[in-house]
Amino acid sequence: MAKKKDPDKAYWRAILKMLAVFLTIWAVVTFLISIIFVESLNTVSIGGYPLGFWFAQQGSIYIYIALIFIYVFVIGRIDKKYDVHEEEEEKEAKS
Amino acid sequence: MGLQGTIYLAVGVTFALYIAIAIWSRAKSTSDFYVAGGSIHPVLNGMATAADWMSAASFISMAGLISIMGYGGGVYLMGWTGGYVLLALLLAPYLRKFGKFTVPQFFKDRFYSKSASAVAVICLLIASLTYIIGQMTGVGVAFSRFLGVPSDVGIYIGMAIVFVYAVLGGMKGITYTQVAQFCVLITAYIVPAIFISFQLTGNPIPQLGLGGTHLATDVSLLSRLDMIVTDLGFAEYTTNIAGSKLNMVLFTLSLMIGTAGLPHVIMRFFTVSSVKAARLSAGFALIFIALLYTTAPAVGAMAKLNLHETVTPGFVENASVFEEESSLVYEDRPEWMTRWEKTGLLEWDDYNGDGRIQYFNDASEDEQFMANAEAAGWVDIVGIDKDGNAVPADKGMVKSELIVNADIIVLANPEIAILPNWVIALVAAGGLAAALSTAAGLLMAISSAISHDLIKGIIRPGLSDRKELWAGKIAMALSIVFAGYLGLNPPGFAAGTVALAFGIAASSLFPALMMGIFSVKMNKQGAIAGMLSGLTITLLYVFAHKGVFFVAGTQFVDAFGGPNFILGITPEAFGAVGAIVNFIVAIVVSKFTKDPPEHIQELVKGVRIPRGSKEIKGSH
Repeated sequence: MAKKKDPDKAYWRAILKMLAVFLTIWAVVTFLISIIFVESLNTVSIGGYPLGFWFAQQGSIYIYIALIFIYVFVIGRIDKKYDVHEEEEEKEAKS
Repeated sequence: MGLQGTIYLAVGVTFALYIAIAIWSRAKSTSDFYVAGGSIHPVLNGMATAADWMSAASFISMAGLISIMGYGGGVYLMGWTGGYVLLALLLAPYLRKFGKFTVPQFFKDRFYSKSASAVAVICLLIASLTYIIGQMTGVGVAFSRFLGVPSDVGIYIGMAIVFVYAVLGGMKGITYTQVAQFCVLITAYIVPAIFISFQLTGNPIPQLGLGGTHLATDVSLLSRLDMIVTDLGFAEYTTNIAGSKLNMVLFTLSLMIGTAGLPHVIMRFFTVSSVKAARLSAGFALIFIALLYTTAPAVGAMAKLNLHETVTPGFVENASVFEEESSLVYEDRPEWMTRWEKTGLLEWDDYNGDGRIQYFNDASEDEQFMANAEAAGWVDIVGIDKDGNAVPADKGMVKSELIVNADIIVLANPEIAILPNWVIALVAAGGLAAALSTAAGLLMAISSAISHDLIKGIIRPGLSDRKELWAGKIAMALSIVFAGYLGLNPPGFAAGTVALAFGIAASSLFPALMMGIFSVKMNKQGAIAGMLSGLTITLLYVFAHKGVFFVAGTQFVDAFGGPNFILGITPEAFGAVGAIVNFIVAIVVSKFTKDPPEHIQELVKGVRIPRGSKEIKGSH
């Protein structure tokens, strides 16, 4: 039991580190880019969009989607590295 | 076929489809009933989650809200999508690994306490009931506005449809109908948007059209809109914010954590077969939600542009708005305006008696604009004096003549853009699909909290699986009747979906769920104290502004020094503050009380590891 705990702890530390990175991006996009510094971004345009306005009404949402799918990929690799991933047969047994 | 006939056909066909799905997907066990057997494909669950999530308000009201708020409307767009990042990263996969039927059950097991579960059940019931009244009235509104059926008859029809598939199929029936309802509602939303975007910008993709060039004037659509609204005395569309930036930040955060904490959303992730599927499914859900949420700002801006150019044709002629001919002659108004005036969503009063419609911002802070408006005679005239001169109601009483309900932006959009009848019929079916799918998800959350957490969990733990299935079906039937009753007789707090439902989910449920997973040492004393204090402070702030349970006359905001008394924060944005209080109180209390028992600490460590995501078991 005591032996098994340590790899689990290392796994959880890796997860927390990864979450910190993803949540920082999430917060920067939402609160800094789309709200607090929106005027400075609006001085730039992409197409007919002022950039800050685009982030608040379009871009942030695309970034959220990207964040989730990149997260699924990254956490999948961390799961495998620490050998805690779900086994395929385990999944198939249920469906 | 006429417009009415086409609408009846569209609504009839979609309703028949929902019933057919109900008969095909009956629930045979409690696992079917609560979690659809726990084997829904992540993509299908993503669609069902999107339909569950996108309510009558998302479908009917959001684009209109954005068209009024301009840039500031981004709080809803980001708040109601960004929450899925939190759900995917912090909650859904872990709660799926936990592998139980309901959200309150996590509180009971993780905090080894029936009291924690009872607090969660109460929060869930208040949040879900507040939310469901809006769906029921939404069903009534869609029926009365499109089919001319009285709205209470509409509510009865809606109740009957939900009754069939929710009672027969439980979560299983609801999931498959939600998939169908998603397809109906997203088509209904996007088709008119494609038409209108193509008409105005030549680009059929609304997300690109919004950043495109306005064909008629060859300037960008958004600068054209900015010019029009500022000419009419409104704030610039692309930069307009109501309130402070601090409030905007907190409001967005409240909506996000509220989204992640709402039980009817979380429980959708109990229906997939693995931890990995739960993570993926949140991503698919957000893609499907984003289809509507990235289209809404285009619909809002384009319909606003169309509306102003219709009412003030001077913009098309490039004339000054203050010239007499710039305003539309009332008798020459298009047919759709006549139609929607009958519903009361559009109201015209000829204050200056010139027979033309002046629609502008009569509370503009631009003094030059107000002076020009007065000079142009855009004032309220009460009579004629003996010399035949007009007498204003009050000197300088500048008055706009048109009142536009925000819901028009989506409901009348196809007519404003002169689209074919079948598109209008599609919008009617889509509005109903949005309201019904969200109502069903909420009913599932309510009835499972009653049959699984109250009856099986607290009152009669010995209940057999077969009896619990019956208890679930009866709880569902009673919940539908009760929700229908509330829809027919909406109490005051029906107006508080955002402040009350999201406030409660943000301030009590989200922090407790998160700490239950991320803090091994969080104990029952900390969790309960945190939830109660977050909930209390949020409800106090909301009730101070809106009255106790929104009963008129019971506001007590003046006792604290007037509205938004803490740093100018509005009650809708206060859930984030409540959440912070919850976290702090819970952590402090847990430091000074006994650690949770060893087996609970092991349980938390187990939840964090994906392997062994066995079949969902409801047993307590």
